[in-house]
Amino acid sequence: MGRTSRIPLPLLAAISLVLVTTALAFVFFVAPDDANQGFSQRIFYFHVSIAITAYACFAGGAWNALLHLWKRDPNADLRSYVCVHQGLIFGTLVLLTGSIWAKISWGHWWLWSEDQLVLFLVLYLFYCAYFMLRFSVDPGPQRANLSAVYALFGVVLIPVSFAAIRLAKNLIHPVVFTLHGPNFGGWILVTYCIAQTALLALAYTLYRLELGGKRLDVRLRRLREVLA
Amino acid sequence: MTTSEKYVTAAYCVVFAIVLVYVLIMALKLQRLEREVDEIAGRVPDEDAEEAPRETAQVG
Amino acid sequence: MSYVRDVGALARKDLLLELRARDTLPAMLLFVAAVFVVFHFALPGTPSRLETTGLLWVAILFTALLGLGRAFVPEREQRTLDGLVLAPCDRSAIWLAKSLATLAFLAAAEVVALPLYALFFHSVAGATVLAVVLADLGICGVGTFLGAMAVATRARDLLLPLLFLPLAVPIVVGAVGASVVASPGRYLGFLGLYDLLFAVVCWASFEYVVAE
Repeated sequence: MGRTSRIPLPLLAAISLVLVTTALAFVFFVAPDDANQGFSQRIFYFHVSIAITAYACFAGGAWNALLHLWKRDPNADLRSYVCVHQGLIFGTLVLLTGSIWAKISWGHWWLWSEDQLVLFLVLYLFYCAYFMLRFSVDPGPQRANLSAVYALFGVVLIPVSFAAIRLAKNLIHPVVFTLHGPNFGGWILVTYCIAQTALLALAYTLYRLELGGKRLDVRLRRLREVLA
Repeated sequence: MTTSEKYVTAAYCVVFAIVLVYVLIMALKLQRLEREVDEIAGRVPDEDAEEAPRETAQVG
Repeated sequence: MSYVRDVGALARKDLLLELRARDTLPAMLLFVAAVFVVFHFALPGTPSRLETTGLLWVAILFTALLGLGRAFVPEREQRTLDGLVLAPCDRSAIWLAKSLATLAFLAAAEVVALPLYALFFHSVAGATVLAVVLADLGICGVGTFLGAMAVATRARDLLLPLLFLPLAVPIVVGAVGASVVASPGRYLGFLGLYDLLFAVVCWASFEYVVAE
């Protein structure tokens, strides 16, 4: 299983706790106010980091889906599912923080002109459908195959939707926001990097936790079948 | 606190709360798993009964 | 060559079945006409070209969904899918043939729907027709693939719209863009790219959908 070579879960949890705390301290006490947006720009550190983390989760889901279809790795299906699950949780956070940011900056809870937000809504619907698909097939090789294929569709959909949303915006208003332009350096960059690392660590910890729980569940079910 | 400060704090609280809820759900799930393990362990009493005295003897 | 012959035979089978039973195409035609009537009352007064173009695409998408939902249901009900999977042909041929058959139904429905739209609302530009053709390819390719997935689940056709609509967002963007702007080249190119990309993905992964 190669479990010994991995970082143990309690240590991982401790590391992510320290990182998240450090990131929060940096966000609130070290990073300077943004020249244009002032204090509200501080959402950016977590909002963008969470978005990137969610993409990483979706990419991990697709990678494991590929491993399942290609190498027939027996554990890949569960890993892929847990990755998508994490991605959906972080996707929810992206939508919520993005919505709050839109409210501060532009006075509306929802803005169709914000690419990231709209893209995440589409992806959110897509991955919710993934869950619907997974839950309406009985466990077995077919469920694994269907889920894997759909998860692979996701990584094709991400760039295509992104291009589509960019195109759609040109339709009505051809303005492109350049939020973080030249003044992206110094403490802002440091804070962002810490926040990004912290959230990736947090996501990985939660992923390991969830995967452990799911594996236990599967083994328990098998044990029950043997005993019955 | 200005309004933008309030919103930023709210955003971070939302993140915190959702992660907390998620961990809570995980904890509940693990509790359920533990219960199921107990249930299955209860179904195999013979081995337990044989092993129990031996273990106490070793410890004592 | 034998691949083309297999696809042809499978597609002919679907068309022949439809010609005999006549359940999908009349339903699609009736549906699209009814949708237009509902739209007229949903948008009181004289809606602008921009609004009705959006409605046209909603109507096309939902009409396509109606046909796609039916595509694999008879195969499941009569257990012919198992036979098709066991047949000595490449499994992606099943997807290609089914897509072609659905494309034929959708195209037939649109041959009626577009003049009807022109009659009820606004005239149809040449770019819109081109966009319809390109969008149909994407809708039928991806939709047929997802239809095969949905029919393997417990929820059956209930799941198809949920699986399909997020994937159809780029199609709608490209199609509406091509129908409303003055120089639709970029949007048509985007639609073509979408078709190509998803056709390759569907073609390559279809065998996993029908395996066992």
